[in-house]
Amino acid sequence: MRELFEALSGFLRTFGALQLFFLRLLVESPRVLARPRLVSRQVFNAGALSLVLIMVCGFFVGAVIGLQAYSNLARFGAEDQVGPFSALSLMKELGPVITALLFAGRAGTALASEIGLMRATDQLSAMEMMAIDPVVRVAVPRFLGGVISMPLLVAIFTCVGMLGSYVVGVPLMGLDSGAFWSELQQGVGKADVYEGIIKSVVFGIAGSLIAVWEGYNAVPTAEGVGRATTRTVVITAVVILIFDFIITAIAISQG
Amino acid sequence: MQQTKAVEIGTGAFVALGFAALFFLTTQTTNLQSFDQGYFQVTARFENIGGLKARSPVSMAGVKIGQVHSIEFDPEDYTAVVTMNIDARYTELPDDTDASILTAGLLGSQYVGLQAGGSDLYLENGSELLFTQSAVVLENLIGKFLVNSGE
Repeated sequence: MRELFEALSGFLRTFGALQLFFLRLLVESPRVLARPRLVSRQVFNAGALSLVLIMVCGFFVGAVIGLQAYSNLARFGAEDQVGPFSALSLMKELGPVITALLFAGRAGTALASEIGLMRATDQLSAMEMMAIDPVVRVAVPRFLGGVISMPLLVAIFTCVGMLGSYVVGVPLMGLDSGAFWSELQQGVGKADVYEGIIKSVVFGIAGSLIAVWEGYNAVPTAEGVGRATTRTVVITAVVILIFDFIITAIAISQG
Repeated sequence: MQQTKAVEIGTGAFVALGFAALFFLTTQTTNLQSFDQGYFQVTARFENIGGLKARSPVSMAGVKIGQVHSIEFDPEDYTAVVTMNIDARYTELPDDTDASILTAGLLGSQYVGLQAGGSDLYLENGSELLFTQSAVVLENLIGKFLVNSGE
């Protein structure tokens, strides 16, 4: 009983500390944005370096969705719905979720291990001694870099995915190019696009926050840094899937 | 120095590509903007709208010229009031145009079909279509058929 209580209060303490850390990041953000060079470097690390991975994965995810949609819809004679089907599933679900998972694996781990290693090699303490706030100098630019990169990565993933399903649908399966696009435009509404954008922003904040938090609070040993990296991927994946459900439920109840 | 330059180019290219993708998604994948630009509203009363929903197409001669904006129930005379947004380009529709609820294909979604009348006066914002034909409900049809065949 007592252990259960302790585990619960420990969890709440971590959770509360995470919220405070998040607030701290937000409060310090304007100050860091005044020095865009720090942030743009992190946009390069988190975004530009993930670009090839995101594009390759996006293309093949879109292609496989196109293939599945074609083979299943053809049974009902509804092949012309391949366009809207793959566009909607990419825009609303697969784009944000898979990009966020890839982002956790590619950029999140890099952030966590980088900051964790700084902690382990006492670089963060050294900064404090030089009266440089490590949250401002290290954590906030990395957090902002992730938050800025994520929606852009999701948009690129979705566009490349649509190209992938187009390549499967039109040249490979012999659908009509005009019908593919007109059905796609007919089936997709502004609300669908916005839902994807909202998801990408939320996932960007969650993924970057978790990575920076895990790195910043890593146990300063080689094992601790490794642990922080693993936890980043696991926690980000779980949190993103939960948020995905919540946002989808809200979007559907809105109408 | 060389390295900073590469980083800057990479970041710039990434951000530009990202915004291009966002722009593409918001403008090229939907075609609702043609109706965002300008439309006028007309209403019509139906005894039964079947499966008609908000955003169902409104078409004339098979061409989509607008969409259903909202559907409300009028408790005074037990009819459904359907408000439609018609593209502002089509201002010269006669005011005795009649509206009927039709089905695309055998089990497809329902839409409002308009048929031009012969009046010299045109529909304008807020007009009501007086001649309407309700949706055909399959169950009622089958019911009638069974009653008739029993006689």
